[in-house]
Amino acid sequence: MLELIDICFTRDNKKILDHINLSFNDNKFYVITGPNGSGKSTLAKIIMGIEKPDSGRILFNGEDITDLDITKRAKLGIGYTFQQPVNFKGIKVYDLLKYAVGLNISRDDALNLLKVVGITSSTYLDRELNNSLSGGELKRIEIASVLARKPLLGIFDEPEAGIDLWSFQSLAEIFKEIESSKRATTIVISHQERILSIANQIIILANGKVKNIGPAKEMLEEILNG
Amino acid sequence: MEKIDNKILEEVIGNKDILNEDIYNIRKNGKCVARKDNPNIKIVSKEDNKGLDIYVKDNTLFGIIHIPVIITESGLKDVVENDFHIGKNSNIVILSGCGVHNPSDKKSEHDGIHRFYLDKNAKVKYVEKHYAEGNGTGKKILNPITEIYLEENANLTMDTIQISGVDYSERKTYAKLKDNSTLTITEKIMTRASEKAITDFKINLKGQNSSCHVTSRSVATDNSYQEFHSDVVGKNKCYAHVECDAIIKDKGRIKAIPEIYAKDVEANLIHEAAIGKIAKDQLMKLMSLGMTEKEAEKAIIEGFLK
Repeated sequence: MLELIDICFTRDNKKILDHINLSFNDNKFYVITGPNGSGKSTLAKIIMGIEKPDSGRILFNGEDITDLDITKRAKLGIGYTFQQPVNFKGIKVYDLLKYAVGLNISRDDALNLLKVVGITSSTYLDRELNNSLSGGELKRIEIASVLARKPLLGIFDEPEAGIDLWSFQSLAEIFKEIESSKRATTIVISHQERILSIANQIIILANGKVKNIGPAKEMLEEILNG
Repeated sequence: MEKIDNKILEEVIGNKDILNEDIYNIRKNGKCVARKDNPNIKIVSKEDNKGLDIYVKDNTLFGIIHIPVIITESGLKDVVENDFHIGKNSNIVILSGCGVHNPSDKKSEHDGIHRFYLDKNAKVKYVEKHYAEGNGTGKKILNPITEIYLEENANLTMDTIQISGVDYSERKTYAKLKDNSTLTITEKIMTRASEKAITDFKINLKGQNSSCHVTSRSVATDNSYQEFHSDVVGKNKCYAHVECDAIIKDKGRIKAIPEIYAKDVEANLIHEAAIGKIAKDQLMKLMSLGMTEKEAEKAIIEGFLK
């Protein structure tokens, strides 16, 4: 469903992505891992259209989307969660979910979207998207905003970043649910074994190249054995 | 009232039939055109029709006073002085505002001077909205002055909104606070084209444990200009938080001049100011939910000024 063909991305004379070739299949759960600076987040941003590759092509369900902007890619069914959820002044959780769905949904419908990520109190709908919410809460709402769109391809950039261990454990459960539903292709950027173990396939990046790719069990062994 | 009056009233006080309300005074082109009051809340004209004295009796609860001003006569300069005398322990809402319709090339100006005298334990929520329309070249000018005097334990919340069409405004707000009184001001201003808006707050925290919170949110687009002055003096054990937050777009310009002056070692005064364009990550987040860049920008500004 998604093909990355010979993607290169250089910044400040540093090759961040160096001839990346990858293909992702329908309804599979992929985890991209690798050391810091290996190019994982840049690759995720390139798929969403937040960054443009210097060269290479991106095909989504056979269509070349390399030159499409973020909006057009979102409309084709690509979703992306930011590693650092974006804060807004005056925009509330309810507003964000309405924007995500693209309709004036009811409060009950909005709350149902939050329940998917373990938020059950309707008071959250009236909270502003800012630091009055905890890192874990902002992450869950960020994930809810993407799941609300029912994307064909969901990209989750380091869901574990900036949250405490307790919040992370329940986030891992959300990803297990996503994997078992097999309703969409999922790409998670993660360092966490709990997320890696959910994957159908793990892709290991190092120095901007694909170092290895394979089923979770094999790859986990490789990672653990160095 | 004419159709245009109803449209302007709707912009200023919201979508409701003011004539069904309990207490109101409608001023149109410098004259009172409708009034209703009650024994607890009296509306009295000043001499020469230059404004109103509004008397709220002690212990009056849940009164809502509407005092909109409409200007449809081009070339008019209307100066009005309204004094609100709020009795002890009262709890009142005041909805005020000025709407200008000026399709000509002559200037229209409204200078509203509102003075609030809140007696002990009185509580007021004061909302003012400024709106102007009309395609002529005549300038639409609004210069509101608000003076606030809070006795012990009094509490005033003021929401002031200027969203559209005012070519020039100079808004001055002065306040004097006695012991344990609280003042909360939220100001929202959006300027377009070559509009200019200047606001000036002078707050004197005289009383022990008095406090004020001023939040200003402004958006300057096109070639417009805004200036924000605030001057808070703490003369006792007191608390002040002034926050000026602004978005600039196109060739919009905003200047913020904060001043806080602690004259007592127990005074705790904070000022925060931030001016900048719309954050790129905010745009990208909303675009990743399927909005175009323009739609995202609109949603961010609407939220910011909400």
